[in-house]
Amino acid sequence: MKALDNYSDRNIETAMGNLLRYGVLLSAAIVLVGGGIYLARHGHEQPAFRSFSGEPKQFTNLAMIFEYAGKGSGRAIIQVGVLVLIATPIARIVFSIIGFIKEKDVLYTGITLFVLGVIIASLL
Amino acid sequence: MTIILFSIILFACSMAAGLVGSLTGLGGGVVLIPLLTLVFKVDIHYAIGTSLVSVIATSSGAAAAYVKEGITNIRLGMFLEVATTIGAIIGAFLATYVPTHWIAIVFGGILIFSAITSFSKHHEQIDTAPSGKYAAALRLNNTFPTAGGPQPYTVRNVAGGFFMMNIAGVISGLLGIGSGALKVIAMDRIMKIPFKVSTTTSNFMIGVTAAASAGIYLRRGYIDPGLSMPVLLGVLAGAFAGSKLLVKAKTKWLKIFFAIVVLFLAFQMICNGITNRL
Repeated sequence: MKALDNYSDRNIETAMGNLLRYGVLLSAAIVLVGGGIYLARHGHEQPAFRSFSGEPKQFTNLAMIFEYAGKGSGRAIIQVGVLVLIATPIARIVFSIIGFIKEKDVLYTGITLFVLGVIIASLL
Repeated sequence: MTIILFSIILFACSMAAGLVGSLTGLGGGVVLIPLLTLVFKVDIHYAIGTSLVSVIATSSGAAAAYVKEGITNIRLGMFLEVATTIGAIIGAFLATYVPTHWIAIVFGGILIFSAITSFSKHHEQIDTAPSGKYAAALRLNNTFPTAGGPQPYTVRNVAGGFFMMNIAGVISGLLGIGSGALKVIAMDRIMKIPFKVSTTTSNFMIGVTAAASAGIYLRRGYIDPGLSMPVLLGVLAGAFAGSKLLVKAKTKWLKIFFAIVVLFLAFQMICNGITNRL
Protein backbone atom coordinates (compact mmCIF):
# COMPACT_ATOMS: atom_id res chain seq x y z
CA MET A 1 0.00 0.00 0.00
CA LYS A 2 2.83 2.35 0.98
CA ALA A 3 4.76 1.61 -2.23
CA LEU A 4 1.67 2.29 -4.31
CA ASP A 5 1.19 5.62 -2.54
CA ASN A 6 4.73 6.71 -3.30
CA TYR A 7 4.44 5.64 -6.90
CA SER A 8 1.36 7.74 -7.65
CA ASP A 9 2.78 10.61 -5.55
CA ARG A 10 5.86 10.66 -7.77
CA ASN A 11 3.79 10.68 -10.96
CA ILE A 12 1.84 13.69 -9.70
CA GLU A 13 5.07 15.42 -8.73
CA THR A 14 6.65 14.96 -12.17
CA ALA A 15 3.51 16.24 -13.90
CA MET A 16 3.48 19.23 -11.54
CA GLY A 17 7.12 20.05 -12.18
CA ASN A 18 6.48 20.19 -15.93
CA LEU A 19 3.29 22.17 -15.46
CA LEU A 20 5.07 24.83 -13.38
CA ARG A 21 7.92 25.14 -15.87
CA TYR A 22 5.69 25.47 -18.95
CA GLY A 23 3.35 27.85 -17.15
CA VAL A 24 6.21 30.22 -16.31
CA LEU A 25 7.67 30.01 -19.83
CA LEU A 26 4.28 30.66 -21.45
CA SER A 27 3.72 33.64 -19.17
CA ALA A 28 7.17 35.07 -19.98
CA ALA A 29 6.53 34.65 -23.73
CA ILE A 30 3.20 36.49 -23.53
CA VAL A 31 4.74 39.29 -21.43
CA LEU A 32 7.57 39.60 -23.98
CA VAL A 33 5.10 40.02 -26.87
CA GLY A 34 2.99 42.54 -24.94
CA GLY A 35 6.11 44.34 -23.77
CA GLY A 36 7.35 44.70 -27.35
CA ILE A 37 4.07 46.30 -28.45
CA TYR A 38 3.98 48.54 -25.37
CA LEU A 39 7.55 49.81 -25.87
CA ALA A 40 7.02 50.36 -29.59
CA ARG A 41 3.97 52.54 -28.88
CA HIS A 42 4.82 54.24 -25.60
CA GLY A 43 8.60 53.78 -25.33
CA HIS A 44 9.36 57.46 -25.77
CA GLU A 45 6.89 58.76 -23.20
CA GLN A 46 7.78 59.55 -19.60
CA PRO A 47 7.15 56.90 -16.92
CA ALA A 48 4.62 57.87 -14.24
CA PHE A 49 4.89 55.53 -11.26
CA ARG A 50 5.78 58.04 -8.58
CA SER A 51 2.32 58.49 -7.25
CA PHE A 52 -0.33 55.86 -6.91
CA SER A 53 -3.42 56.43 -9.00
CA GLY A 54 -4.54 52.83 -9.58
CA GLU A 55 -4.68 51.12 -12.92
CA PRO A 56 -7.59 51.81 -15.30
CA LYS A 57 -10.32 49.17 -15.61
CA GLN A 58 -8.88 47.60 -18.77
CA PHE A 59 -5.88 46.38 -16.75
CA THR A 60 -7.71 45.19 -13.61
CA ASN A 61 -10.97 43.60 -14.69
CA LEU A 62 -10.60 40.01 -15.98
CA ALA A 63 -13.06 40.33 -18.87
CA MET A 64 -11.74 43.74 -19.92
CA ILE A 65 -8.09 42.60 -19.85
CA PHE A 66 -8.93 39.91 -22.42
CA GLU A 67 -11.08 42.31 -24.44
CA TYR A 68 -8.26 44.89 -24.72
CA ALA A 69 -5.61 42.20 -25.30
CA GLY A 70 -7.73 41.02 -28.24
CA LYS A 71 -7.66 44.57 -29.60
CA GLY A 72 -3.84 44.42 -29.48
CA SER A 73 -3.18 46.62 -26.43
CA GLY A 74 0.42 45.85 -25.36
CA ARG A 75 -0.25 46.51 -21.68
CA ALA A 76 -3.39 44.33 -21.66
CA ILE A 77 -1.34 41.51 -23.25
CA ILE A 78 1.26 41.91 -20.46
CA GLN A 79 -1.60 41.58 -17.95
CA VAL A 80 -2.71 38.35 -19.69
CA GLY A 81 0.85 37.08 -19.15
CA VAL A 82 0.60 38.06 -15.47
CA LEU A 83 -2.75 36.22 -15.25
CA VAL A 84 -1.16 33.09 -16.78
CA LEU A 85 1.54 33.37 -14.12
CA ILE A 86 -1.05 33.66 -11.33
CA ALA A 87 -2.89 30.68 -12.87
CA THR A 88 0.23 28.47 -12.73
CA PRO A 89 0.12 27.71 -9.00
CA ILE A 90 -3.69 27.48 -9.22
CA ALA A 91 -3.36 24.82 -11.95
CA ARG A 92 -0.94 23.03 -9.66
CA ILE A 93 -3.64 22.90 -6.99
CA VAL A 94 -6.14 21.49 -9.48
CA PHE A 95 -3.59 18.81 -10.45
CA SER A 96 -3.14 17.90 -6.79
CA ILE A 97 -6.90 17.51 -6.35
CA ILE A 98 -6.97 15.03 -9.24
CA GLY A 99 -4.04 13.18 -7.70
CA PHE A 100 -5.67 12.98 -4.27
CA ILE A 101 -8.97 11.80 -5.80
CA LYS A 102 -7.07 9.05 -7.64
CA GLU A 103 -5.49 8.02 -4.36
CA LYS A 104 -8.97 8.05 -2.76
CA ASP A 105 -7.62 10.43 -0.11
CA VAL A 106 -10.84 12.12 1.00
CA LEU A 107 -9.17 14.29 3.67
CA TYR A 108 -6.64 15.84 1.28
CA THR A 109 -9.12 16.19 -1.54
CA GLY A 110 -11.14 18.30 0.90
CA ILE A 111 -8.16 20.32 2.16
CA THR A 112 -6.97 21.05 -1.39
CA LEU A 113 -10.48 21.99 -2.56
CA PHE A 114 -10.62 24.45 0.32
CA VAL A 115 -7.31 26.07 -0.69
CA LEU A 116 -8.57 26.31 -4.29
CA GLY A 117 -11.78 27.94 -3.02
CA VAL A 118 -9.81 30.56 -1.04
CA ILE A 119 -7.70 31.50 -4.09
CA ILE A 120 -10.67 31.66 -6.47
CA ALA A 121 -12.51 33.85 -3.97
CA SER A 122 -9.53 36.25 -4.01
CA LEU A 123 -9.72 36.55 -7.80
CA LEU A 124 -13.46 37.26 -8.02
CA MET B 1 14.10 59.39 -18.78
CA THR B 2 11.97 57.66 -21.37
CA ILE B 3 9.98 54.47 -20.78
CA ILE B 4 12.42 52.46 -22.96
CA LEU B 5 15.43 53.53 -20.88
CA PHE B 6 13.49 53.04 -17.63
CA SER B 7 12.50 49.51 -18.74
CA ILE B 8 16.05 48.55 -19.74
CA ILE B 9 17.56 49.75 -16.43
CA LEU B 10 14.80 48.08 -14.43
CA PHE B 11 15.29 44.85 -16.42
CA ALA B 12 19.03 44.84 -15.66
CA CYS B 13 18.48 45.57 -11.94
CA SER B 14 15.78 42.88 -11.68
CA MET B 15 18.11 40.41 -13.36
CA ALA B 16 20.80 41.17 -10.78
CA ALA B 17 18.21 40.83 -7.98
CA GLY B 18 16.98 37.49 -9.36
CA LEU B 19 20.53 36.19 -9.77
CA VAL B 20 21.76 37.14 -6.30
CA GLY B 21 18.42 36.14 -4.76
CA SER B 22 18.64 32.64 -6.20
CA LEU B 23 22.35 32.23 -5.37
CA THR B 24 21.90 33.20 -1.72
CA GLY B 25 18.46 31.69 -1.20
CA LEU B 26 17.10 35.00 0.11
CA GLY B 27 14.79 35.47 -2.88
CA GLY B 28 14.53 38.46 -5.20
CA GLY B 29 11.52 40.07 -3.53
CA VAL B 30 13.44 41.35 -0.54
CA VAL B 31 15.61 43.66 -2.66
CA LEU B 32 13.06 44.44 -5.35
CA ILE B 33 10.75 46.56 -3.20
CA PRO B 34 13.50 48.81 -1.74
CA LEU B 35 15.03 49.01 -5.23
CA LEU B 36 11.75 50.19 -6.76
CA THR B 37 10.78 52.57 -3.96
CA LEU B 38 14.19 54.02 -2.97
CA VAL B 39 16.02 54.06 -6.32
CA PHE B 40 13.26 54.31 -8.93
CA LYS B 41 10.94 56.32 -6.65
CA VAL B 42 8.02 54.05 -7.51
CA ASP B 43 4.98 54.26 -5.22
CA ILE B 44 5.15 51.47 -2.61
CA HIS B 45 1.78 50.00 -3.63
CA TYR B 46 2.96 49.52 -7.21
CA ALA B 47 6.22 48.07 -5.84
CA ILE B 48 4.33 45.51 -3.73
CA GLY B 49 2.17 44.43 -6.69
CA THR B 50 5.20 44.10 -8.96
CA SER B 51 7.14 42.16 -6.35
CA LEU B 52 4.28 39.66 -5.89
CA VAL B 53 4.40 38.89 -9.62
CA SER B 54 8.15 38.24 -9.45
CA VAL B 55 7.70 36.08 -6.33
CA ILE B 56 5.25 33.77 -8.15
CA ALA B 57 7.62 33.54 -11.13
CA THR B 58 10.71 32.59 -9.13
CA SER B 59 8.81 30.23 -6.84
CA SER B 60 7.19 28.33 -9.72
CA GLY B 61 10.46 28.22 -11.65
CA ALA B 62 12.42 26.83 -8.70
CA ALA B 63 9.62 24.50 -7.55
CA ALA B 64 9.64 22.87 -10.99
CA ALA B 65 13.17 21.69 -10.27
CA TYR B 66 12.54 20.73 -6.64
CA VAL B 67 9.38 18.60 -7.04
CA LYS B 68 11.22 16.35 -9.46
CA GLU B 69 13.81 15.57 -6.81
CA GLY B 70 11.06 14.23 -4.58
CA ILE B 71 11.97 16.17 -1.44
CA THR B 72 8.85 18.34 -1.28
CA ASN B 73 6.21 17.07 1.13
CA ILE B 74 3.08 17.86 -0.87
CA ARG B 75 0.60 16.90 1.87
CA LEU B 76 2.39 19.08 4.39
CA GLY B 77 2.55 21.94 1.87
CA MET B 78 -1.11 21.65 0.99
CA PHE B 79 -2.20 21.52 4.64
CA LEU B 80 -0.14 24.59 5.55
CA GLU B 81 -1.40 26.43 2.46
CA VAL B 82 -4.78 26.60 4.21
CA ALA B 83 -3.05 28.84 6.76
CA THR B 84 -0.93 30.86 4.31
CA THR B 85 -3.64 31.60 1.72
CA ILE B 86 -6.10 32.81 4.37
CA GLY B 87 -3.27 34.88 5.86
CA ALA B 88 -2.37 36.29 2.42
CA ILE B 89 -5.92 37.51 1.86
CA ILE B 90 -6.00 39.14 5.31
CA GLY B 91 -2.62 40.76 4.55
CA ALA B 92 -3.74 42.07 1.16
CA PHE B 93 -6.82 43.66 2.75
CA LEU B 94 -4.73 45.13 5.58
CA ALA B 95 -2.46 46.76 2.98
CA THR B 96 -5.28 49.16 2.09
CA TYR B 97 -5.73 50.34 5.68
CA VAL B 98 -2.17 50.33 7.03
CA PRO B 99 -0.50 53.72 6.37
CA THR B 100 2.35 53.62 3.81
CA HIS B 101 5.08 54.60 6.26
CA TRP B 102 4.10 51.75 8.58
CA ILE B 103 4.36 49.29 5.69
CA ALA B 104 7.90 50.59 5.07
CA ILE B 105 8.85 50.15 8.74
CA VAL B 106 7.42 46.60 8.98
CA PHE B 107 9.17 45.79 5.71
CA GLY B 108 12.51 47.01 7.08
CA GLY B 109 12.03 44.84 10.18
CA ILE B 110 11.34 41.74 8.08
CA LEU B 111 14.42 42.51 5.94
CA ILE B 112 16.67 42.62 9.01
CA PHE B 113 15.11 39.39 10.25
CA SER B 114 15.66 37.66 6.86
CA ALA B 115 19.29 38.81 6.67
CA ILE B 116 20.03 37.50 10.16
CA THR B 117 18.31 34.13 9.68
CA SER B 118 20.23 33.56 6.44
CA PHE B 119 23.32 33.18 8.64
CA SER B 120 21.93 31.08 11.46
CA LYS B 121 23.38 27.61 11.45
CA HIS B 122 20.88 24.89 10.83
CA HIS B 123 21.74 21.63 12.51
CA GLU B 124 20.27 18.88 10.41
CA GLN B 125 17.84 17.18 12.74
CA ILE B 126 15.81 14.20 11.75
CA ASP B 127 13.05 13.36 14.15
CA THR B 128 12.02 9.72 13.94
CA ALA B 129 10.34 9.40 17.35
CA PRO B 130 6.73 8.16 17.34
CA SER B 131 4.38 10.71 15.80
CA GLY B 132 1.85 12.91 17.62
CA LYS B 133 -1.82 12.31 16.87
CA TYR B 134 -2.41 15.35 14.59
CA ALA B 135 0.61 14.69 12.39
CA ALA B 136 -0.44 11.05 12.06
CA ALA B 137 -4.11 11.84 11.38
CA LEU B 138 -3.10 14.38 8.72
CA ARG B 139 -0.52 11.98 7.24
CA LEU B 140 2.20 14.64 7.41
CA ASN B 141 5.04 12.25 8.31
CA ASN B 142 7.00 11.20 5.25
CA THR B 143 10.38 10.16 3.91
CA PHE B 144 13.00 11.94 1.80
CA PRO B 145 15.63 10.40 -0.48
CA THR B 146 19.24 10.16 0.76
CA ALA B 147 22.30 8.33 -0.53
CA GLY B 148 21.45 5.48 1.85
CA GLY B 149 17.79 5.14 0.78
CA PRO B 150 14.58 6.86 1.94
CA GLN B 151 14.90 8.55 5.35
CA PRO B 152 11.66 8.69 7.37
CA TYR B 153 10.86 11.74 9.56
CA THR B 154 8.02 12.82 11.84
CA VAL B 155 6.41 16.25 12.05
CA ARG B 156 6.04 18.02 15.44
CA ASN B 157 3.83 20.77 16.85
CA VAL B 158 1.29 20.91 14.00
CA ALA B 159 -0.88 23.61 15.64
CA GLY B 160 2.10 25.91 16.35
CA GLY B 161 3.44 25.54 12.82
CA PHE B 162 0.01 26.23 11.34
CA PHE B 163 -0.31 29.44 13.37
CA MET B 164 3.18 30.63 12.37
CA MET B 165 2.33 29.91 8.72
CA ASN B 166 -0.77 32.04 9.06
CA ILE B 167 1.43 34.96 10.16
CA ALA B 168 3.84 34.27 7.27
CA GLY B 169 0.84 34.48 4.93
CA VAL B 170 -0.30 37.83 6.38
CA ILE B 171 3.22 39.28 5.98
CA SER B 172 3.40 37.96 2.42
CA GLY B 173 0.08 39.56 1.49
CA LEU B 174 0.84 42.83 3.28
CA LEU B 175 4.37 43.34 1.92
CA GLY B 176 4.29 41.47 -1.38
CA ILE B 177 7.20 39.18 -0.53
CA GLY B 178 7.46 35.38 -0.34
CA SER B 179 8.35 35.52 3.39
CA GLY B 180 10.38 32.37 2.84
CA ALA B 181 12.43 33.06 5.98
CA LEU B 182 9.32 32.93 8.20
CA LYS B 183 8.08 29.79 6.46
CA VAL B 184 11.35 27.94 6.90
CA ILE B 185 11.45 29.00 10.59
CA ALA B 186 7.95 27.62 11.12
CA MET B 187 8.88 24.29 9.56
CA ASP B 188 12.47 24.10 10.83
CA ARG B 189 12.23 25.34 14.39
CA ILE B 190 8.62 24.70 15.30
CA MET B 191 7.68 21.59 13.34
CA LYS B 192 11.19 20.02 13.40
CA ILE B 193 11.16 19.12 9.74
CA PRO B 194 14.51 18.23 8.08
CA PHE B 195 16.07 21.30 6.44
CA LYS B 196 16.05 19.95 2.90
CA VAL B 197 12.35 19.19 3.12
CA SER B 198 11.42 22.51 4.77
CA THR B 199 13.24 24.69 2.19
CA THR B 200 11.73 22.95 -0.83
CA THR B 201 8.25 22.65 0.69
CA SER B 202 8.38 26.33 1.70
CA ASN B 203 9.36 27.37 -1.82
CA PHE B 204 6.59 25.18 -3.20
CA MET B 205 4.05 27.06 -1.06
CA ILE B 206 5.32 30.57 -1.77
CA GLY B 207 3.79 30.69 -5.27
CA VAL B 208 0.35 29.61 -4.05
CA THR B 209 0.44 32.11 -1.17
CA ALA B 210 1.49 34.95 -3.48
CA ALA B 211 -1.18 33.99 -6.04
CA ALA B 212 -3.87 34.42 -3.35
CA SER B 213 -2.88 38.05 -2.68
CA ALA B 214 -1.87 38.82 -6.29
CA GLY B 215 -5.49 38.41 -7.38
CA ILE B 216 -6.55 41.09 -4.90
CA TYR B 217 -3.69 43.42 -5.88
CA LEU B 218 -4.52 43.00 -9.57
CA ARG B 219 -8.17 43.92 -9.05
CA ARG B 220 -7.21 46.94 -6.95
CA GLY B 221 -4.95 48.22 -9.74
CA TYR B 222 -1.63 47.72 -7.90
CA ILE B 223 -0.13 45.59 -10.68
CA ASP B 224 1.15 47.87 -13.42
CA PRO B 225 2.01 46.20 -16.75
CA GLY B 226 4.78 48.72 -17.47
CA LEU B 227 6.56 47.68 -14.25
CA SER B 228 5.71 43.95 -14.31
CA MET B 229 7.14 43.49 -17.81
CA PRO B 230 10.83 44.36 -17.17
CA VAL B 231 10.76 43.00 -13.59
CA LEU B 232 9.16 39.65 -14.47
CA LEU B 233 11.48 39.02 -17.43
CA GLY B 234 14.55 40.27 -15.54
CA VAL B 235 13.97 38.26 -12.36
CA LEU B 236 13.27 35.10 -14.38
CA ALA B 237 16.42 35.51 -16.48
CA GLY B 238 18.46 36.15 -13.31
CA ALA B 239 16.99 33.20 -11.40
CA PHE B 240 17.58 30.92 -14.39
CA ALA B 241 21.21 32.02 -14.65
CA GLY B 242 21.52 31.54 -10.88
CA SER B 243 20.25 27.97 -11.01
CA LYS B 244 22.89 27.18 -13.66
CA LEU B 245 25.67 28.86 -11.64
CA LEU B 246 24.75 27.46 -8.24
CA VAL B 247 26.97 24.39 -8.51
CA LYS B 248 30.11 26.37 -9.39
CA ALA B 249 29.85 29.58 -7.40
CA LYS B 250 31.23 30.01 -3.88
CA THR B 251 28.19 31.43 -2.15
CA LYS B 252 29.66 32.22 1.28
CA TRP B 253 31.09 35.68 0.46
CA LEU B 254 28.20 36.47 -1.81
CA LYS B 255 25.85 35.69 1.07
CA ILE B 256 27.74 38.04 3.42
CA PHE B 257 27.80 40.79 0.80
CA PHE B 258 24.11 40.37 0.05
CA ALA B 259 23.15 40.36 3.73
CA ILE B 260 25.00 43.67 4.17
CA VAL B 261 23.13 45.11 1.17
CA VAL B 262 19.83 43.87 2.62
CA LEU B 263 20.62 45.37 6.04
CA PHE B 264 21.51 48.70 4.43
CA LEU B 265 18.23 48.67 2.47
CA ALA B 266 16.35 47.73 5.64
CA PHE B 267 17.66 50.79 7.52
CA GLN B 268 16.89 53.00 4.51
CA MET B 269 13.31 51.71 4.44
CA ILE B 270 12.87 52.23 8.19
CA CYS B 271 14.39 55.74 8.08
CA ASN B 272 12.20 56.72 5.15
CA GLY B 273 9.22 55.20 6.93
CA ILE B 274 9.87 57.14 10.15
CA THR B 275 10.45 60.44 8.33
CA ASN B 276 7.38 59.66 6.20
CA ARG B 277 9.13 60.15 2.87
CA LEU B 278 7.74 57.14 0.99
